[in-house]
Order: sequence, then structure tokens, then C-alpha cells
Amino acid sequence: MTLPKTRARPTRTAGFLQGRVVAAVALGGGAGAAARHAAAVHWPTPAHGFPWTTLVVNVAGCALIGLLTVLLTEARRTPHPLLRPFLATGVLGGFTTFSTYTTDIAGLLAEGHARTALACLVVTPLAALTAVWLAARATRGLLRGRA
Amino acid sequence: MSWLLVVTGAMIGAPLRYLADRAVQARHTSGFPWGTFTVNVAGSLVLGLLTGAVIAGAAGSRLALLLGTGLCGALTTYSTFSWETLRLIETGARGRAAANVAGSVLAGLGAACAGLALARGIWP
Repeated sequence: MTLPKTRARPTRTAGFLQGRVVAAVALGGGAGAAARHAAAVHWPTPAHGFPWTTLVVNVAGCALIGLLTVLLTEARRTPHPLLRPFLATGVLGGFTTFSTYTTDIAGLLAEGHARTALACLVVTPLAALTAVWLAARATRGLLRGRA
Repeated sequence: MSWLLVVTGAMIGAPLRYLADRAVQARHTSGFPWGTFTVNVAGSLVLGLLTGAVIAGAAGSRLALLLGTGLCGALTTYSTFSWETLRLIETGARGRAAANVAGSVLAGLGAACAGLALARGIWP
């Protein structure tokens, strides 16, 4: 008769952790989006212009996720279980955006600015992947240097 | 007020991305990041539709901040997209990495264009 009790406990703990993870993602996402909004307010993109602010935000977020995820998953110390959901999934996920990237390009195409649209389409993923790769590489180098 | 709208939208969008990603990944064992792909394409469609509604005057700036900057902005992600692509490259799945980049960019752009076109159809 003790079986249901012992089986219920890990499920409840997992559910509790799951709820805290969702809350951490929500809080981080709110903070990240506020930072992105601040960047958009301070550096507004001119009409029909190249969407530099979104590019810089996305590339910076990609560099930060490379640095952060290597630190959290490859360093010797085990991080707090809510740190990655809060900072990576939440803050950086809320800070960077894919929908503004695609919608800005769709808008430029609709208004006949095909060259600017194509430049943004190609440059953003190239810069984003270079940033995440360089940041992960540099962080791994630092971790190895300290080991 | 604009900050409150952005943060509120993002506090719905970000956990929605997390839960959608888990739900999608639970159904796929292919190693392809279908979860992020799905939210990025879906968010592009919604933002395209919303942007079209704003251009047509059917949606105001408050709705744009709440659902566009906040919800769609936080529902979609470039950082996880880049990280997952890097992981595919590092684990030797270069074909899947290339497919993820080309597929996400083209499907996302197609969805945003479809959203804009849909808005022109609804609010001519």
C-alpha cells in the first residue's frame, strides 16, 4: 500500500520543478524583450532602411548564448537547475527574435526594396552563426586554460 | 505603458515557446530542431498578419506592442536557432544544419509574406 505514495512523490517534485522552469522562462523572457524594446526605441530603424537594430540584437544574443551555454554545460561546477531556463531560454530567447527578422524582410520585399531585403536575409544568419561559434570557441578556450 | 505591454506579451510568448518546443520535440526523435523551427515559422506568420493589420489601420500600436514586440518577439528566437545549428555542425550533422538554416529562413520568410498577404485580403 506504500507503492502509490512513493510513486507520487517524484512526479509531484517533477511537476513542481516544471512549474518553476516555466516561471523562470516567463520572467527571463519579459526581461529580454524589454531590453530588445529599449534597443528599438533608442535606435529606431528608418523606413525602408536596413534593420540594423534587429541584426545587432540577434547577433549579440547569439554570441551570449554561445558563451552562456558552454559555461553552464561544460564548466566543472553544476549550475542551478533554473539558471539555463532563465538566462538562455528566457532572457536570450526573449531578447532575440526570428519573427521581426522575417517580417522586416517581407515588408522590404513588399515595398520593392529587394536588395536591402536580400542583404538582411543572408547577412543575419551568417553573422549569427559566426557569433555563436566564436563565442563558444573562446569560452571553451578560457575553460581549458583554467582547468 | 508600452513597456508593460511588451513585457506582458513576452511573459506569455517565452513560456509558450518553451512548452511548444517540448511538445514538438517529444514527438520527434530525428535530432532535427523541429520545436524551434515550428515556433519561428508560426511566430513569423502571426507577426506578418499583425503588421498587415497595423498597416491597414485595423490594429493599433498597443496591440502591436503586446502581440508583436512582446508575444511574437519572445515566442520566436534567433539565439536558440543559432545554438542548435552550431550543435548540429559540431556533432557532424552538417546536412541537417544547412537544412535547418535554409529551411527556417525560407519557411519563416514565406510565413511572414503569407501573413502580410492574408492581412491585405482581410483588410483591403
